[in-house]
This record gives sequence, structure tokens and C-alpha cells, in this order.
Amino acid sequence: MPLTRDQLAMRAARELRDGFIVNLGIGIPTLVANYIPKGVDVWLQSENGLLGIGPFPDEHAVDPDLINAGKQTITARPGASFFSSSDSFAMIRGGHVDISILGAMQVSQHADIANWMVPGKLVKGMGGAMDLVAGVKRVVVTMEHVAKGDAHKFVPTCTLPLTGKACVDMLITDLAVFQWDKQRAKFILTELAPGATVDEVKAKTGAAFDTAPNLQTITV
Amino acid sequence: MARTVLIGGLALGMPGKIHTSVADAFADLKAKGVLRDGMTVMVGGFGLCGIPEQLILALRDSGVKSLTCISNNAGVDDWGLGLLLKTRQIGKMISSYVGENAEFERQYLAGELEIEFNPQGTLAERIRAGGAGIPAFYTATGVGTPVAAGKEIREFCRPSDDTRWQNRTPVATSGTYQQMEPRVRPRGEDVPKRREYVLETGLFADLALVKAHVGDAFGNLVYRKTARNFNPMMATAASFVIAEVEKIVPIGELEADMVHTPGSYVDRLVQTKSEKRIEQRTVRKV
Repeated sequence: MPLTRDQLAMRAARELRDGFIVNLGIGIPTLVANYIPKGVDVWLQSENGLLGIGPFPDEHAVDPDLINAGKQTITARPGASFFSSSDSFAMIRGGHVDISILGAMQVSQHADIANWMVPGKLVKGMGGAMDLVAGVKRVVVTMEHVAKGDAHKFVPTCTLPLTGKACVDMLITDLAVFQWDKQRAKFILTELAPGATVDEVKAKTGAAFDTAPNLQTITV
Repeated sequence: MARTVLIGGLALGMPGKIHTSVADAFADLKAKGVLRDGMTVMVGGFGLCGIPEQLILALRDSGVKSLTCISNNAGVDDWGLGLLLKTRQIGKMISSYVGENAEFERQYLAGELEIEFNPQGTLAERIRAGGAGIPAFYTATGVGTPVAAGKEIREFCRPSDDTRWQNRTPVATSGTYQQMEPRVRPRGEDVPKRREYVLETGLFADLALVKAHVGDAFGNLVYRKTARNFNPMMATAASFVIAEVEKIVPIGELEADMVHTPGSYVDRLVQTKSEKRIEQRTVRKV
């Protein structure tokens, strides 16, 4: 069985370490905040100028001046700070954010990512995605392994316009986990979803990858 | 109260920056040549958060057209910059994300509107640079993507990345970025980890409309929470700057340590009653 969106988020949450500065994208990555492991305390960064996102507000505490990158009303946790967009992206581009978890339309075997435009379709803009993949220390992509009609998303070369080149450190799909090996410049399949097989993953993947000798099963 | 503030300002030898209404703040701008067709306007805000909503209404009512608008987003159909899209006053947008606007979509697909997408950090930095007199800068963001097409690319080596020998500590962990000679195919060791950067230019506008929480007669501004976003940089990056604030206080009341934008950047300010619309009202599940 492929992982559900929540199980995928749960697996991604295990990449967080105590004290990390974390930026979460829209979609599955947003769910990661619900599964931060016990004993791990992280600071969630919001690209619009907040370090230390708190929970959603109670009805009476909704503040139009306090939103996240998805434009949702939020709160700030004790110890949080507000800053300008240029300070926020200095934090992101300067390598001061430990991990970014974001979605993708395609990831290539060269660790390229495409997640902002489909030619011929209306382009909404890249927002902060290009800054995140270029500047954050560790880039983790969460996505469904294939698109509608079983179209490959983990591909030899991205056919969609890139968001960033050679920047993905880890890919977590609903079928498998791949780690980028810098020395070999290759993705290594390290974990399978319960019930998934290497053959199934290979059939649903266009990209070349190696398989780790000590292949694990994702615990859910 | 407003009177005292004005006198306070005059006492310090400053022409009155405070205007009693948005209409008053805009009244002579055409005559002064500040407002004209084809001009470039920066508008603060992220989504609908921290937008100078009443100044946007005044810009619409002024009737200027063929505007180039530099703003992270384009408002929604009936609020923010969406209002100026509706009236066809915008010819070009420089933004990072415009997803929440159906009228934008229609005009863009019909070829009536030009759009230049910038990565959000590049946009913020271009504005910051423009305000700081920096004509251009190099960034890693966008290299290898359509954003970098046709732009100059150079390789630099960050000090902490200068690992000349594998599995050894870097030769330098601080110092300046080192500009690399054009690439010679690496042979063996002694190859510092170089990285490509793209040249991006600074932005400077004819007019900036910003939103702050509190201001004083000198124009000192304090922003509130995430409504700060692009406003402080924009206040530095235009020939003429108008600030919309929720409260004006007498000079001296703002703690100097707490001022976000020094008053010298601001030409006019006006106190308004902002609606502060919310795009995605989200509350804690009970």
C-alpha cells in the first residue's frame, strides 16, 4: 500500500532534529508540523517574515497582521521574531535554515527539481521556492511517486522548467525514500513503503538510482 | 492631536508630512509630476497582509494608467492591486506569485498584461539593493532555471566551501567570497567547490506605497507582525514614498531603538482606518 499523505508527512517529520530551523512548503509538507517527533523542538520559519510559527489561533485571537506563507491566519510562539522579507530571504539564501521540506512536480536523477510551472498552463509564480532550494542546507522533497495515469515524476531529466539544479538531498514518495549520494552523484533507494517492492518502484520510475544493500521498510 | 503633531513637526523645521486624508495626500501629486502614466509603483504587502489598501484606492481613483507595479502579489479580484487590474491601469507586474486573482489570469492569458516573475528572495533583494544604491548583485537563486536566461553567470567560492582536499577541513571558513577564474576541467585534487551565481539588478521606483502600524510627523515608521514584509525595503527604493498608518503619534513617542524605517525615507503619511481583509481565516480545531 502506498503511504497516505499523512504517513508521508510522518516519515518526512523524522528528518527533523532538535533545534532545527525549518521551512515547510504548501501541501503535504504543511502536514509535517502535525508529526514532529516527541522530544524534538523545532523553529518553523515563514518566508513572509516570522521565525517561530505557533498553532492556528482561537477564533477571538485571529489577527489579519499575522499570517503564514499560505496566507492562513496563525500565531507566533513564545520566542518568535518578526522581520522583513529581505531579512527572511537572507535567512533562507544565506544558509541559515537547516531544512526545507517541499513538494514537486518532477525530480530528476541529477537532483534537479521542477515545481513551479507547466508550459501552456497559467503560471502563478515561483514564490519563494527557488530561494529555498538554492539556499537551505538540506532540501527534502515529498511527492506522490507518479502523477495521474502513472506518469513518471522521478525522471531522468526534468521536462518541466526547473526550480533549482542539483539541489535535492532526499526524496520521499508514497512508495519509497531516496537519499542523494554526493560522492556517487546518484540517488540511493534506502526505504520502501510497506508492501512496495523494488521492481514496482523501478517500474514507476524513469530515473536511474542505486539500491542500498540494507534496504529498510518505512515504519508507519 | 493631529494639530499638535503637525506643530511638533514644523518646530523641527520639517515641512508637514502628515496629510489629513488619503485624497489630500494625493491631491497635488499629478501637478508635482509624481503621478503620471507609465510610471513604476512599488506596493507593499504579502497577500492582503500589510498592503496600503487605502492608498491603492487613491491610486485607482487618480486614473493613472500603463503602470508597472512591483509587488509580491497582485491582490484578489476585489481588493488590493486587483482593483487596478479591474480598471486596466496596470500594464506590467513584477511579482513572485499571483495565484489568487481570476482577473489577473484572464488579462494575462489574453496578452493584455505583462508579467515578470522574480523569485521572492530575489525580488526582496532587488528592492533592498535599489534602495541602497547597489545596481546589481549575484545570487545562487534561479541558476539553471528560466529566471537566469540571458543573464550573466559567474562562479564564486564561498570560504567555508573551499574544501581543497576531500575529507579534510576547509582551508578557510571565513573571509570573502572568492571569484573563480573561468572553469578549467577539474583534474585531481586542489579543486575548490565552486558554485554558479546569476547577476540580478536593483529596482528603484517613481513611487512607493507602504503600510505601517505607527508613524510620527518625521515619518518614522513601525510595522506590525508579518504586515512588515516588503514595506521597509520599498520605503527606501522610490523617489517618492507615501505611508499609510493606523496611528500617528507625536515626535519623540516612538522609542528610537524600535523605529523600523527612519523618517527621512518617507515623504508623506496619512492615518487611515484599514479594513485589513483576511484571505484564509484559519482557526484552531476544537
